Amino acid sequence: MSDHSKLPSEHHESPEGTWWIWKVFIILLVVTTVEVALGIIKPEPLMVQVLGTSVLNIIFIVLTLFKAFYIVAEFMHLKYERSNFIWTITLPMLILIPYLTFIVLTEGGYMNVFE
Amino acid sequence: MANEATLHKDTPLWGGGRQPLGVSYGKQMMWFFLLSDALSFSGFLTAMGLYRFKYEETWPVAENVFTHFPFIHGDAPLLFVALMTFILILSSVTMVMAVNAGHHMNRKGVILWLGLTIVGGFFFLGSQAWEWYHFITGDKGAVKMEDSTVLYFSDMEGKIVTLHELVDGTPGVHGEHYYFTTEQVREAFAANESVTLRNPGKTKETYSRKEALSMMSTAEVVQGANMHENEYGNVLFADFFFFVTGFHGTHVFSGVILNIIIFINVIMGTYDKRGHYEMIEKVGLYWHFVDLVWVFVFTFFYLV
Repeated sequence: MSDHSKLPSEHHESPEGTWWIWKVFIILLVVTTVEVALGIIKPEPLMVQVLGTSVLNIIFIVLTLFKAFYIVAEFMHLKYERSNFIWTITLPMLILIPYLTFIVLTEGGYMNVFE
Repeated sequence: MANEATLHKDTPLWGGGRQPLGVSYGKQMMWFFLLSDALSFSGFLTAMGLYRFKYEETWPVAENVFTHFPFIHGDAPLLFVALMTFILILSSVTMVMAVNAGHHMNRKGVILWLGLTIVGGFFFLGSQAWEWYHFITGDKGAVKMEDSTVLYFSDMEGKIVTLHELVDGTPGVHGEHYYFTTEQVREAFAANESVTLRNPGKTKETYSRKEALSMMSTAEVVQGANMHENEYGNVLFADFFFFVTGFHGTHVFSGVILNIIIFINVIMGTYDKRGHYEMIEKVGLYWHFVDLVWVFVFTFFYLV
């Protein structure tokens, strides 16, 4: 039984108490408020076109991925699972979703998407 | 034979020492289901992106579509959907609190937080019904050309003119819905020199008064949106709206049902007898996923 203690714990717990839940809540709330404010104001300097869309849209997508990270890592507890399991779940998404986006936008060329 | 049976009975299901993934079967399968569901939703959103690029000139701008907020007169774009996002995030927080209470075998805590999560779910579903109602009923009204392109009425600078403003000259009473015939609208358009037609897309391209007059001779009035007609612009926008937010709403609805089932189980003490509250975690994963999808729907339907 002595080497059993060297094994990583099967229960990777979130921090004690509930403060971390409210911390994540505040982060999600602030980011959403910033998104809505930017969406209503639409600041002129951010409307510059980059990579086929506006800088503002890229900011929206980055903030969305930021929120998604917090929901998956903290609320869904994935950050505290075994790294084996983390990669089992995230790797298919990290490969397949960008691939799907790439293939649809590229193959969509026949619909004059990039005319 | 007896030996064999004993052997079979005594063989543990897992004989490999350390579990490679370190999660229970149920939780693992919930994650795999969510993984495949995430791919379905990304398929829908990517398909929408494709058509949005193709029909850029006629693709509605969200701030011209979702303008209503309860008890607020005039346009309040984004505010209602921001409120919906807030409700869903808050119900995610109460769900984490329920899972947390479950870890401590605190039945009263689970009942409180899970109950609040169910209430949040119903608030979200109600908000979505409200949103759909306003989308379907329509707002400003528009006209459909012969080739079924939808165009807005606007002044020469591209500011949208509603059908009520065109026909009656006033904005109309808040909360009332008015229906106009094609003849009424054509007549009013011919009489009003300062009004023209514009594309619904973000380019806001306006037509000259002369062009607009000849186009109006075959145009028909469109009010509201459904699977065949969409006063906000390209009909595919309405189709994607109904399909993606509907599919998400179905997920929220089944999430609420699952929450209610485990809520009843908690009250009956099922998980106390079982010795753990892992079921709350599993359903919690599903509920957070619904929140996660909404974060993306919010961005790609309302912001970008």
